[in-house]
This record gives sequence, structure tokens and C-alpha cells, in this order.
Amino acid sequence: MTALRIADGFRRGAAVTFQVDGTAVGGHRGESLAAALLAAGVTRLRHSPREFSPRGAYCFMGVCQECVVQVDGVLRQSCQVPVEDGLVVELKGPL
Amino acid sequence: MTPADLIVIGAGPAGAAAALAASAAGLSVVLLDESASPGGQVYRAPPAGLSVAPEKRGADERAGDALREAVAASAVTWKGGARVWSISGAFRVDAVTASGSESFTAPRLVAATGAHERLVPFPGWTTPGVIGLAAATILLKSQGMVPGRRTVVAGCGPLLAAVAAKIVAGGGEVAAVVDLAGPGDWLKALPAMASRPDLLRQGLGWALKLGAARVPVLFRHTVTAVSGDEACEAVTVAPVDAEGRPTDGKSRVFAADALAIGHGLVPGSEIPKLLRAEHRFAPEAGGWTPVRDAFGRCSVAGLYAVGDGAAVAGAEPARLSGRLAGLAAAQDAGRLSDDVFAREAGEVRVALGKALVFAGAINRLMRARPAMVEAIAPETVICRCEDVRRGEIEAAIAAGAREINQLKHFTRCGMGPCQGRMCGETAATLLARHVGSREAAGYWTGRPPLRPVPLADLLGQFDYADIPVPTPAPL
Repeated sequence: MTALRIADGFRRGAAVTFQVDGTAVGGHRGESLAAALLAAGVTRLRHSPREFSPRGAYCFMGVCQECVVQVDGVLRQSCQVPVEDGLVVELKGPL
Repeated sequence: MTPADLIVIGAGPAGAAAALAASAAGLSVVLLDESASPGGQVYRAPPAGLSVAPEKRGADERAGDALREAVAASAVTWKGGARVWSISGAFRVDAVTASGSESFTAPRLVAATGAHERLVPFPGWTTPGVIGLAAATILLKSQGMVPGRRTVVAGCGPLLAAVAAKIVAGGGEVAAVVDLAGPGDWLKALPAMASRPDLLRQGLGWALKLGAARVPVLFRHTVTAVSGDEACEAVTVAPVDAEGRPTDGKSRVFAADALAIGHGLVPGSEIPKLLRAEHRFAPEAGGWTPVRDAFGRCSVAGLYAVGDGAAVAGAEPARLSGRLAGLAAAQDAGRLSDDVFAREAGEVRVALGKALVFAGAINRLMRARPAMVEAIAPETVICRCEDVRRGEIEAAIAAGAREINQLKHFTRCGMGPCQGRMCGETAATLLARHVGSREAAGYWTGRPPLRPVPLADLLGQFDYADIPVPTPAPL
């Protein structure tokens, strides 16, 4: 789908579509939300609360909490959420 | 409340081996992990829906499959997708799972929670597009993605070559590999690395791949800055001395939309810390390590700590240390005779001794370099969660913070949602310069929740109308 997905050697799951701040974004079943967002070019996921500095996914293993976004109205670490059709993702700013 | 003879937290090579050994000896074992499948980070299973072509499957994939098959074929109760947030008493484990909030109890507990990455801060390290080296391996191996269109790979240790070679193999571009170590450091490590010809061959394969792709490799260099407002645009690198201290050498700038960087691994020993097990500072093991006997028994009765979560040594030592703790737990529970224990544990200890030769060489390449931390500029952010800069930390130390938990109270450094996992090493190293040693600087007091959990997940589904409300007393 984009240049970041390795074409050779991986068979991807079915295409899914989810919403990011009202815009439709595509991904594949089996991908984490953080990875699908990265592949879609969405790297800035939130802002730090004290200095409003832009932040994106950093550890991809559930430790750093930098990739937290609102998924269907609940704060979730996007690296720990599998993408699904119809997810509503909001990048709300300082979290 | 599910009772068992043994609870194992973490299903990487260490935790899985502990669970399997104890289960084979007849203990009822519950094995918990955050991931959907066993394997840990090193043998992480591709998520459901994504599959790896057979010709792309290497030794790690095969080892991961063997581990998952062994767990599935055993009597171990597997609980995937379980987020352990509290451990109390001796022992009650509370976790959030797919079926809501669950509790497990057992008189014995194995902590096998793995390591996290050390990263010495530099200007711009919070910019989106900057990710950990371990993060890059997760993207490459279990998501089938390269971190960016053009990536700088920096830090130290064998992950540098592994990540860069996999990016090239995946069709991505590596702008440069930036290694803190010099060729001499790698040469010094070679004799010990030769104790694992399979891994040495794998490493040489990566190096050849990078050479063939003409990727510039900069030895004795470090990243000094990332520029870009909303995303990584360029990475500045400069020469360093053997201790990682910047020299006056010429800096270079690489255009890149991603930087994968890591400065070694730190044991994630939050569970032994939470349970107030005795710790000692062991730089050769990555940092603070729980004090253990040869079989992983901690100072708290019934608690065992194994794998990289106790002392960083890599996958094979982790597996062996896990097996030792599983055998020890079975013996402590009276389910393994002293003879059988001595024979089986003796064999494992010999294998562990051999595996630690390789691990020692890798750990020297990935060792912490306090001089790098000393060189951090005052305005550089140390604590990502709370945006605490070095200058504020130094001011707090000057104002009387003498121990790491005091420093946290003074500055909020380490008080954010990552609970100090990202900044702890840096903050403690800065403090140690003033209080004399890392021992004097101490470590964060372990406190629940081990991971942030939404209150809604703990409460579960309910209807307000179903909550019994007593009739109010008359006014």
C-alpha cells in the first residue's frame, strides 16, 4: 500500500479501513494500529502535555506510552491495538 | 481467582522455559504475557493475518515456533493478552485480559519480563520518526515494515547490523550505520563471539549485506541531533572517543525520515522491585539486578527472576536461566527429588556457563557509557513523559535531591505514564555524578500499577441501574 510495507516475503491480511480524525486510512488485518499509522504517513500521534511537543510511536512494545491515542473514545497504546475495520481514531493533542 | 502452584509472568524464552520445566515436574502453572502468543520480543509471533514466506524464515522464527508448540503441547495454562498491573501478598497477580479483570494466586512466582532499551538523550530525540532499535526489529520482523523511506541506524551492539541489513533486504534505504564502538572493539569481541559460530555467521552475513549495498558505516560516532519540527528530517552525527564522549571531530548530516537508535538494554526488573526483593547494581548485567542464587531464587521467598528481566544476556542464557528457575520451583514445592534436581540443573548450569561467554562479549559492546550522559546539554529533555530537561534535574540536585526518588519528587522526572522506564537510567547516572555512585543514587521504588490500565477495563461492563443504592435516611 505504501513504500514502508515490505513487498517481498510477507503475505498480508485482508485490507481494512479505519478513521483518523475523520479521514479514512487503510491498513491490513494483522498490523498494529501504530504500524498502520506509520505506513500511512501519520507519524505525529500526540503532543506532550507540558511543552506541547510532537510525539510519535517510539518503542513499539508497550513500554514508552508515546503512541497513546483515542480509539473508539478510549485511550489506548496504538502499538498494542490490532487494526480493525471501522476503528475511530482521534489524535487529540496533549495527552 | 485462579489458584496454581506457580505463576510465570512473561512468555519469552526465559518464562516459557521456566513454565515448561515446572509443568513437566507436575506443578500446575499459569503463564501470562501481554502478547497474544508466546515468544517474547526475540521470538515474537507474526500477528494473525500476517504470514512470513517460508524462504524468509530464519533461526529465530523456527525457535519461536518450537517454543509455541512446546507451550501448546504442555499442561501449562496459557493466558495471552494479559496485562499484569498488580502483584500483592505471596502471591496474588491481577491482570486485565480479554475476558476482563482476572486474578491468579500461587505460592511461587517467576518474573521473566525481559529488558527495555537504554537511550541516552540528545536534542530532537522526542521527534516523531525517532524509534528504538528494538522497535525497528519489531516493525521489520512482525509487521513486515521498514521504519522509514530513508533510515539512519545508530547506537551499539549487534542489533545495529541486524536492523540495517533487514531494512536493506526489505527494500528500504539505510542512510548510514552509526556505531559507538570502533572496529577494534568488535575485533576484541570476536574470540568470545566465535563460541557461537551460528550467531557469528549470522552477524557476518549482515555485515556483507551492508557492504554490498554500500551503506556508510561510521565507527566511533554518535547521533548529536535530529532536526525537523513535526517529523524527523535530518540526523546529525559526530565522532566520539572510546567512552562515547564527543570529540572535536567534524559532524555530518544525513537526510532521513527515520532514526532507529538504541544504546544497550536494561533489565526490566519492576516485579522484583515491586515485591521489595534485594537488588544490586551490576553494569555488566545492564543495570540494577535482583540478587539471586544460581537458580534464580530472589531474596523474597517464592520469587524467582530469570532472563533479560533479571540480567541482560540474550535469548539462549535466558532460556537456560528460565529452565533452572522452573526446576528450582519444582524442587522447592517438593515435586522434584534432590537427585533429579541436581542432575538436571547441573546439565543446564554447564550449558549456561558456555552461553554466557558470548553474552559477555555482546554486553561489553552494549555497555552503558556514563561519559555520554555527562555530555548531555542542559536544555535536552531527559524525561519524555513530563518534558523534564537536564537543567531542571541539575537544579534539583543542587537544591538537595540526594536519591532518585527524591529527584522524582522534586522534578516529576519518572512520574509520567512510562513510569520512569525511559528516563530512569539517565536520571540515575546524572545523580550518581553528585552522590558518588549508582548505588547511592538508588532506583525508582516499584509501585503498582505495573502498566497503566484504563479504569473501565477493571470495572468491566455494568449498568448503573443494577447498582444497589440504599434508600437515603430521612432528613
